[in-house]
Amino acid sequence: MTDVLHELLRGSLDHCVKCTICETACPVSNVTPLFPGPKYEGPQAERLRVAGDPSVDHSVDYCSGCGICTQVCPQGVKIAEINAQARNKLKQRDGVPLRDRIITRPTVVGRLGTPAAPIANASARNRLVRVATEKLMRIHRDAPVPSFAGRRFSSWAKKHSSPRTGRKVVYFHGCGTEYYEPEEGEKLVAILEHNGFEVEVPKQDCCGLPLQSSGLFDDARKVVLRLARALAPHVRDGSIIVGNATSCTVMLKREAREILSLEDDPDLKLVSERTYDICELLLELHDRGELKTDFRPVPEKIAYHAPCQQQGHGIGKPALDLFALIPELEVVEMDARCCGIAGTYGLKQEKYEIAMAVGADLFGQVAASGADTVACDSETCRWQISHATDRPSVHPIDLLHRAYGLS
Amino acid sequence: MTAERHVDAVVIGAGTAGLTAGALLAEGGARVVVVAKGVGSTHLAPGTVDVLGYDPDRVEAPGAALAGFVAAHPEHPYARLGPDAVEPALEWFRAKVQAGPQPGYAYVGDLARNHMLPTAAGALRPSALVPETMAPGDAAADTSPVCVAGMRVLRDFHPELCAANLTAAGIPARAVELEVDMGRADANALGLARRLDDPSFRAAFAGQLGSKLRGGERVALPAMLGLRDPHRVWTELQERLDTPVFEIPTLPPSVPGMRLSDVLRAALRAAGGRLVLGSEVVGGERDGARVSAVRVHASGHDVLYHARWFVLAAGGLNSGSIELGSDWVVRETALGLPVHGAPGPGEPRFLPDVFAEQPLSRVGIAVDAGLRAEGTENVLVAGASLPGAVPWKEGSGEGIALTSAHRAAAAVLAAERIEATA
Repeated sequence: MTDVLHELLRGSLDHCVKCTICETACPVSNVTPLFPGPKYEGPQAERLRVAGDPSVDHSVDYCSGCGICTQVCPQGVKIAEINAQARNKLKQRDGVPLRDRIITRPTVVGRLGTPAAPIANASARNRLVRVATEKLMRIHRDAPVPSFAGRRFSSWAKKHSSPRTGRKVVYFHGCGTEYYEPEEGEKLVAILEHNGFEVEVPKQDCCGLPLQSSGLFDDARKVVLRLARALAPHVRDGSIIVGNATSCTVMLKREAREILSLEDDPDLKLVSERTYDICELLLELHDRGELKTDFRPVPEKIAYHAPCQQQGHGIGKPALDLFALIPELEVVEMDARCCGIAGTYGLKQEKYEIAMAVGADLFGQVAASGADTVACDSETCRWQISHATDRPSVHPIDLLHRAYGLS
Repeated sequence: MTAERHVDAVVIGAGTAGLTAGALLAEGGARVVVVAKGVGSTHLAPGTVDVLGYDPDRVEAPGAALAGFVAAHPEHPYARLGPDAVEPALEWFRAKVQAGPQPGYAYVGDLARNHMLPTAAGALRPSALVPETMAPGDAAADTSPVCVAGMRVLRDFHPELCAANLTAAGIPARAVELEVDMGRADANALGLARRLDDPSFRAAFAGQLGSKLRGGERVALPAMLGLRDPHRVWTELQERLDTPVFEIPTLPPSVPGMRLSDVLRAALRAAGGRLVLGSEVVGGERDGARVSAVRVHASGHDVLYHARWFVLAAGGLNSGSIELGSDWVVRETALGLPVHGAPGPGEPRFLPDVFAEQPLSRVGIAVDAGLRAEGTENVLVAGASLPGAVPWKEGSGEGIALTSAHRAAAAVLAAERIEATA
């Protein structure tokens, strides 16, 4: 693959006026000097990265890839994307640790762990095993790792038959639902069916985001294109794809095309345009008067955190408007940028402390909110929040599922 | 394909004008979404509320000067808004700061007189309504000696330069340098502000600063006295040092500007308004003179926001909301609205003196007396998008932003009430 930066990204460089707004918003550079900041790493250092030459420094690997810098830039500079490409070049030169080759492949980990779930889960909770894993693999001993469900969502989906209403929607469930939280997928299907949709679950695989965010671009391209080939045939009839893994859907919508320079792949383009975040879809239905609102009261107080990657959709926070439809549900909106985990970033031994420092603001707000439960759209963020705050965390659809009386 | 949303009002722009209009509309009961390409100019501006600083000489009493200013500049936004419209907008802003996320933090001042605030270069700059943390620097009220403290790690702030120019302006000043370990070679005011939010850091900081002070000196610091808890940082420093302490605005990022943005965002959120950043408006859908929707560039697919009302507060030439093409045609980039104030064909566009009023300075979206964009029924314009002003030269930016946002929101809410009762 070419290492020449995509025109779109490189071209956006010259729009940088050095205003520092990205630096004010970067969650990582605000807690550690190891990452000097998005402006410094991106539009400034990029000018010293001559095509074909190695990256100018290693600090770009401390970018968590949360994407906030690009969201806040008033000039439209693709800062996070430029930094992701610089990281890829760094990895091409310096090589990729074994750890990053393993934890970036949730499909492999999931397939191995699922049949051995009780042993795998016990090991993940065993201090000795975790210390050994830290020494051998440089996965931090305290980092939040999820428990294997011991079953796969796709197995349930194969047996489940969605009522044929003729109003089809394609469900992209992602690896989190497949191996760790199959019940989330079942809830999503139930909510869509309750609203008259026929849910189709094609055979599918990882979106490649973990590979991309660790700088393994060639592998990420293979994986995301395989997914695009699997999903595209199901939406050629005009159907849309919906997903509950918000970082995986934003990967399909935009990141794969921009960061991996796959702008022109026709299958990915089709999938990208037709993909919806589940809350985005439900709110659009509500705007049109097509969402059932037979919600029962949920007399609870929850804290809501919109993860960085959810904000990367550019759709605001649709979960908040959906929560407002549920009687007696009290929602405290968190005003913190990031939980720190950034997918696999916070699992890494050298980055765990940074990730916890990044999330400290959010964790403090959760504690101060008086809420017992935290709602959040991304599974890895939820695992991090629960790890740090000792509170259960749920996807927004859990609350909708309960309010509909489906659970 | 395109996703579709339906709201009552869409505000374009997340600077002072956009966030204020959004908050007011939400407070008035409208379902409102504020969309913006990115964060607004709040993070770059000093965080003061400038109403009228120069006309063209320095203005001492902005309230009293407004009537004459308006008479002399009939196309200025203040002429459309009326001098009496400013104070209610300031009053609303003061209340939002009080109810805002920084406990105890306040703005002081009114239209009766301008403060004269030292800049980082040691010049004096007029402003009407200022953060309490800057007020003790007001040279119109106090010309007693000042100790300007800088830090080697904050390379954009030069205490010697500031002190020398303050002395030349009649305020005896000297410079000191503090050692602050930030774990890196250089830091900005925001990094320092975050450290000062931490009580243990600020105790040590005050100790070092106190050891360098002489009796009877006020203390000037770059604007870094806390982001989350500036009132406590400022009061505590004054108590520990037993002398007035004040902030001097820095080069970006501007900590007081970020506090102001946090105040307005909190007001928007508290009223149920929504904010979507990273979302550029790339066009609109029209039904004759009515704009029915704006197209926002989001991930994967565009989002079409349908609304009855639109407030355009995306800034002017400086933000890129209005651009001068290589064909020398001036365009408004979001909706293609007609602009006003551009030099005619053959007339000069630029003058050699960079500090002169440039022929393009007063370009803005053409509006009627009620701030309605020319050729539309339901697009209102606020802030730096308005034509006829040179805010940086007049010292008028925030006054125009707040007052025009109030006018725009009031126009929408009044029309909605009429429609509701009809």
